[in-house]
Amino acid sequence: MATFDVIIIGGGPAGYTCAIRSAQLGLSTAVVEKDKLGGVCVNIGCIPTKALLYSSRIATVVAREAKELGIEVGAVKTDYGVAMKRSRRVAEQNSKGVEFLMRKHKITVIKGEGTILPGKKVRVGGDTHEAKKAVVLATGSRVKGIPQIGLEIDRTSVISSDEALFLEKHPGSLAVIGAGAVGCEFADIFNSFGSKVTLIEALPRMLPLEDTESSDAVAKSFRKRGIEVIAGAKVSKAIVGKDKVTLTVEAGGKTQTIEAEKVLMAAGRAVNTEKMGFKEAGVELTDRGWVKVNLATLETAAPGVYCIGDVAGPPMLAHKGSREGVNVAERIAGLKPHPIRYDNIPSVTYCHPEVASIGLTEEQCKEKKLDYQVGRFPFSANGRARATNETEGFVKIIREKKYGEILGAHIVGGHASEMIHELGVARENEYTVEEVDLAVHAHPTLSEAVAEAALDSMGRALNI
Amino acid sequence: MATKVLMEALSPTMEEGRLVEWKKAEGDPVAVGDVLAEVETDKAVMDLQARAAGLLLKQTIAPGMTVPVGQLVGVIGAKGEDIASLVSGSAAAPAPPRNPAPAVVPTVAAVATAPLPSSAPSPAAASVTAPVPTDGGTRVKASPLARKIAADRGMDLRQIRGSGPEGRIVVRDLSTLAPSLGAAALIGRGSGEPYRDVPLTQIRKTIAKRLTQSIGPIPTFYLTTEVDMERIAEAREALNARAEAEKGQKISFNDIVIKATALALRQHPACNAWWQEDRVRYWNEVHVSVAVAVEEGLITPVVRDADRKTLREIAAEVRELAAKARERRLQPVEYSGGTFSISNLGMFEIDQFTAVINPPEAGILAIGSVTAKPVAEQGAVVVRRRMRVTMSCDHRVIDGALGAAFLKTLKAMLENPLALVW
Repeated sequence: MATFDVIIIGGGPAGYTCAIRSAQLGLSTAVVEKDKLGGVCVNIGCIPTKALLYSSRIATVVAREAKELGIEVGAVKTDYGVAMKRSRRVAEQNSKGVEFLMRKHKITVIKGEGTILPGKKVRVGGDTHEAKKAVVLATGSRVKGIPQIGLEIDRTSVISSDEALFLEKHPGSLAVIGAGAVGCEFADIFNSFGSKVTLIEALPRMLPLEDTESSDAVAKSFRKRGIEVIAGAKVSKAIVGKDKVTLTVEAGGKTQTIEAEKVLMAAGRAVNTEKMGFKEAGVELTDRGWVKVNLATLETAAPGVYCIGDVAGPPMLAHKGSREGVNVAERIAGLKPHPIRYDNIPSVTYCHPEVASIGLTEEQCKEKKLDYQVGRFPFSANGRARATNETEGFVKIIREKKYGEILGAHIVGGHASEMIHELGVARENEYTVEEVDLAVHAHPTLSEAVAEAALDSMGRALNI
Repeated sequence: MATKVLMEALSPTMEEGRLVEWKKAEGDPVAVGDVLAEVETDKAVMDLQARAAGLLLKQTIAPGMTVPVGQLVGVIGAKGEDIASLVSGSAAAPAPPRNPAPAVVPTVAAVATAPLPSSAPSPAAASVTAPVPTDGGTRVKASPLARKIAADRGMDLRQIRGSGPEGRIVVRDLSTLAPSLGAAALIGRGSGEPYRDVPLTQIRKTIAKRLTQSIGPIPTFYLTTEVDMERIAEAREALNARAEAEKGQKISFNDIVIKATALALRQHPACNAWWQEDRVRYWNEVHVSVAVAVEEGLITPVVRDADRKTLREIAAEVRELAAKARERRLQPVEYSGGTFSISNLGMFEIDQFTAVINPPEAGILAIGSVTAKPVAEQGAVVVRRRMRVTMSCDHRVIDGALGAAFLKTLKAMLENPLALVW
């Protein structure tokens, strides 16, 4: 039995970041992790998929553009197994990196499954540890299937990202259920490696939480690459065979049958709240299954027990969790951190073209009856984008008419994920579209499209 | 390097301040935003906060002393630092009465280069409540969006305390809405525009000129009416009986008058206006100033958007504002921006009086006591509870007929309490 100031259950991006900040503030800190440090993000989520998407992007560029770029490569062959092994090395390096950070900050890593006990105690195996100041729950989430329609994840025919990341070979055909970020990224990856991909979404459009224009742009791009996109679709029946899954899909008043070697479930995640003593310790859950927290303090119903990351509620994003980790650590240390602006968390999908957004969509602005003007700039009018063959997509900025507030920003394009932060900084500091334009943007860069979209929202774009 | 602590303009009209009490002793460590002392201004007792981190090396004035804005009151610096020149230099220099020259103001650079505590993690980086540097008018930290909204609404940023990093004023500081509401909520509510400016017509200019010559500078006239409060009194008793049972907020006659006035102003925007010299500003929002007697005089905290609030909300808010007023803890934003005023002397058993207009507002209601008296009703004398209301009107904005129409609506509302919820 050991005593710490803070014990964090879960070593994913929320948990390990919370641990580092706690240690920085002089608190003795322990992290309980049953698997590898870095959690889903580092090991079976964000990081390895980005490695695979890089392979997929290069494969596409080499196959389609090499000749035009003056490069002779002959016939292009891809090997998913090789790309997968590289993605594992990348994930491994990142997990090692987290281990190093734990050592650097003298954070105790306790291996095993943590159970919270009343009175800020945590049991791991036979040992019980005590937290003097706080216990932080950062237990994360996991993939889930849809057993109601016969799509229980069986890890062979019906798989999740957990299995897709370890396949030795790409499937001949793949049906992806759920066209959110995860579904779109895997559709992109396996399409590039030669699978026949069908992307199925229950809501009326793919990337349903993004601005309609973003969804439409990606759908168009995907279809051009040969990915079949079926939105507003209901999977009414699934017959899971040995090497084949047959789905009955209803969409647009028609019923069709889709056969695929494998089905990838990418329709939501379940949070990890079971068998860890939450209830007994006084931690309450919401109707939808997340841990109930006071959003201002991230404290649960049990005093001295905080909750961060996926298990604390949406959006289920690594960067939201890590920010909550920092915030909670500062609170535990007696500081008064700035409140987290949940309306200013960027959302990114890393398929090609990438989709990034922050703030409100145009639909939400309409619903709220805000008086707004949209500024747009297409990458087809941007010199740098033309030079690098990345003319798909656009920057869209929604400006509040009276004061120029940036209500929302939406970027579709080759490097959207890297470009959204300019608008995040602007929104965080309450810059208006004018300040975004006033900052001189280097030429030629893709970011010029951001400044041009800002200008366009005031009706005075220069280069279009 | 050491940083001077100066008497700051903590209210819009403050020219000097009395240091009530030091909250930090000489030698105490201070972080940016820490309260150094309490200062009594012309309006309230306010906190004087640290602009730099380090140790409070010197208190140059004693509690109880009154000094002009801009005068040195203390020094913050590193341990053992020589501050003799700072302290003596300031004593020799005559302190400017107001808007001190930039040379004696702690600049942003001075704050930035002031020594931070030597421990590695800087708690200042996470502190939230640093005040806005009023800096005697040299520099106010505010977000571009906050500046635009403030300029448009005629708000003086120097009067507002920032809640952003390092005391930066952000949009939420401009609003008395719930702090969780962002800019979009502030901007996007209701009809959008908070007010409508109407330039003066020739006839209005002539009326303004002639009347100001006659009774100036605010040519006021008075309208009195008597309101039957019987039904309101019954409704109030029923509501308060329920509040008693539920341990909820009780409501006073004044709360009801505030609500009814706000609703009546909605119907008579001509009375919900500011005189702006070359124009009249007709407000689309109703913010009712409520006169509160305090030990040294009176102050008018503002119930914002009173037309949209429930009686219980108004009652709770008035209690809170009045308590803060009596403790002299009102923030400037809490006593500015009203669009119409109410003064009530009913509790002093005053039957009727005239109140003085609170410019730039154009009207104020003087509320007398609710008194049982004989009145004629359908040919018989009955005893009813009655209340006299006198409205003072700025004739440059409100003409007699407009004021009378407003009072008629108010009287009808009070005599039929259902109108309050209709």
